[in-house]
Amino acid sequence: MAETVSTSAQDPSRRDFIYIATGAAGAAGAALFAWPLVDQMNPAADTKALSTTEVDLSDISEGQQIIAKWQGKPVFIRHRTQGEIDAARGVDASGLKDPQSDEDRLVPNQDGKYEPKYLIMLASCTHLGCVPLGDGAGDYEGWFCPCHGSHYDTAGRIRKGPAPKNLFLPPYQYLSDTLIKIG
Amino acid sequence: MRLFTLTATLIAAAGLCLGTGPATASEGGELKASHFSFEGVYGTYDKAAAQRGFQVYQEACSFCHSMSLVAIRNLGDPGAPFYDEEHPNPNESPVIKAIAAMFTVTDGPDIEGDMFERPARPSDYFPAPFANDQAARASNGGALPPDFSMLVRARAHGPQYIYSLLTSYADEAPEGVEIRDGMNYNPAFKGGMIGMPPPLFEEQVEYSDGTHASVEQMAHDVVTFMAWAADPKMEVRKRMGWMVMIYLLIFALLMYGSYKAVWRDVEH
Amino acid sequence: MSGYPGYDPKSGFEKWLDARLPIVRLGYDTFIFPTPRNLNYWWTFGGILAVLLMSQIISGIILAMHYVPHVSMAYDSVQHINRDVNFGWLLQPLHANGASMMFLAVYIHMFRGIYYGSYKSPREVLWIVGVVIYLLMMATGFMGYVLPWGQMSFWGATVITNLFSAIPLVGDAITGWLWGGFSVDNPTLNRFFSLHFVLPFAILGMVILHVWALHVPGNNNPTGVSVKNVDKDTLPFHPYYTVKDGFAIIVFLMVLSAFVFFAPDALNHPDNYIRANPVVTPAHIVPEWYYLPFYAMLRAVPDKLGGVIVMFGAIGLLFALPWLDTSKVRSMRYRRLAKLFFMIFVLACLGLGWAGAKAPTDLVFAAGTDTATGDPSGFNFLWMARILTLYYYAFFLVILPLLGLIEKPEARPDSIEKSVLESNAGEA
Repeated sequence: MAETVSTSAQDPSRRDFIYIATGAAGAAGAALFAWPLVDQMNPAADTKALSTTEVDLSDISEGQQIIAKWQGKPVFIRHRTQGEIDAARGVDASGLKDPQSDEDRLVPNQDGKYEPKYLIMLASCTHLGCVPLGDGAGDYEGWFCPCHGSHYDTAGRIRKGPAPKNLFLPPYQYLSDTLIKIG
Repeated sequence: MRLFTLTATLIAAAGLCLGTGPATASEGGELKASHFSFEGVYGTYDKAAAQRGFQVYQEACSFCHSMSLVAIRNLGDPGAPFYDEEHPNPNESPVIKAIAAMFTVTDGPDIEGDMFERPARPSDYFPAPFANDQAARASNGGALPPDFSMLVRARAHGPQYIYSLLTSYADEAPEGVEIRDGMNYNPAFKGGMIGMPPPLFEEQVEYSDGTHASVEQMAHDVVTFMAWAADPKMEVRKRMGWMVMIYLLIFALLMYGSYKAVWRDVEH
Repeated sequence: MSGYPGYDPKSGFEKWLDARLPIVRLGYDTFIFPTPRNLNYWWTFGGILAVLLMSQIISGIILAMHYVPHVSMAYDSVQHINRDVNFGWLLQPLHANGASMMFLAVYIHMFRGIYYGSYKSPREVLWIVGVVIYLLMMATGFMGYVLPWGQMSFWGATVITNLFSAIPLVGDAITGWLWGGFSVDNPTLNRFFSLHFVLPFAILGMVILHVWALHVPGNNNPTGVSVKNVDKDTLPFHPYYTVKDGFAIIVFLMVLSAFVFFAPDALNHPDNYIRANPVVTPAHIVPEWYYLPFYAMLRAVPDKLGGVIVMFGAIGLLFALPWLDTSKVRSMRYRRLAKLFFMIFVLACLGLGWAGAKAPTDLVFAAGTDTATGDPSGFNFLWMARILTLYYYAFFLVILPLLGLIEKPEARPDSIEKSVLESNAGEA
């Protein structure tokens, strides 16, 4: 029966045009309406508004580590001892799997100076995302991921094991000497 | 002709839905006629009025009425009173940051497990004047000051009703209306007796734009602000509504053309 | 009903697939289906309902991603959807108003079925499946209205679940079982959410049965005359009725959009923007507009159990309709008296809806003053609801059975084709 339509005498090309235009309008409308259905799963406005976290570093005593939460993810904030800093700086970075100096692992404060005491990193192993053990764990007395045996040193650099990268640094900035804003 | 009957039926049916919806709303007090910029299918919020209304809320209402569903950042969203085109993200808008700085909020617990006060951030919600409903009642002679977030939409003819309520206070109740101690006469309120004392008086706030702060003006402004708080997406919604309607109209015409073309050779 | 040559797979792949999973054949048989050529726009509401059901299911699944079925968070989560979720301000009103529009469409669909006798042999099962869909829609709509956990949600749930307490002996046991507690509370909200989520899929299943039952005898048509010659009386559903239904669907979507974008609260009750409060009852508890006629019937009867029976009986009658109507003529187009009583029936249903929205003591019109109190007296909505309820029942139990026996119908066309040609000749 569909043939009756296209084989009819009355100007078939104009008819085809209206069918195509109708179909195109429907397809375009469906595509546009699909966007809200997809976008609703993206982070909502209240979630996005909470994308930064402020942490007061003065509460952390030397040799202590806290886990702050930023965007729902754990963040290591460690007040390193002088021994840890020296250990991290005594390594030739060029020989490492992911070569980074200790200063590459820090962010300058509002005066442009580095504060090596405070090491701030995402608490997520770069291998498959487990939370590593801290407080001097592992062969290099930094962090150790128990999932698949990745060893990180006192600057959070990968030294041994399957992880490909050093522990990632979250974006953060110093608001004062002891107050940082993550995110 | 048949199409006409059908269209008429649809319109009548939709009208009936509308007619029965707010039918129960007519009870209550006397409403004053008042008009607002956000009415109608083209209506938008009068930003200047909404900004003044925010000032009225802050200086006259917020000591008793919470607005718990509205975050400070919302004031800078598109369609909101303090929207700034240069700072589409309200968290970075200097105006919003300045408003946030006016508030302190309770946060915590800290490392010791104590709650602490800190300056508000744009992501914080408007702090409530009372810790809970019981505290609110205890401070207001047993009456609970309702939350402002949805108040305009939670009352029949909300804008007119709240405007009338704010402007209808009278010192003397007419003969035969008895007002209990601690209550106030207001013919716009159902029963005429309301717990809330007159919240607005002449020149109560000083508008920075020089508008004369009459009771009517402040009522009008705060209703505009409250309407925004209750329906913050109205402008976005109406704008998209027009685009959708125009699209559907074009699509309908095309589909009608297809219909005529398909049926052209068929007697029906 | 068949009559057209079926699906003819051409390519090797089509033949291969057709021998293993004849899904293309299923689609072909569903859409290249002989449909009477004289269907008018009243027949487009089936397609409109199918689109609305899909819209409700899709928007509902999305809302369920953001909604929290807990008494302390339900209200806030609906607010969160409207205020913070991307396009939540579109999807939530679309779902709420879509439900209203679905009932509007289903009522027109049902009135059309009654007017044209679409429930008569051999379509009784088709009609009964439809009534089951309608019942499921009522249950789904009711439980959905509870979810935002506003004042009308809470008190509507309280009133409706309390209807079951009218049942002798087991009433209280049933309400306690429905609530999962001693009143409407968190367990109630949780189970209503679960059921509100799953029932639409039951509706979808029943719709498939409805379409299946439709495709056995084929569509009724405005003349009520059965198809005699497939070639002359029918057209394939696609493309003829896909474009016609498509046009009607778009027009209907414009009505829906007008509500969603420009009047999202028009069909809602303001009290439902107040958080549920178990210790304060709203001055007037009113259901959604689509339940108002039944609400009026409930209140029309001064006895609790009696009111419940009359209300549910009104829907129960629909199941018996195919056997209550004794007329051999399907379409009321040829039954002058039946047409008149049908129009009154439609008005009665609208009037019941009006009465359901009003307080029973409100006056339809005043006629003088009460001598004792000085208040205006007259004809109130309680009595209007009583009279109309009586008519509703009489229509099914007295008028339709008797009319079929005494009424002399007008001449009907011999065939669908002839009716089409005659009416076209008449217009020319």
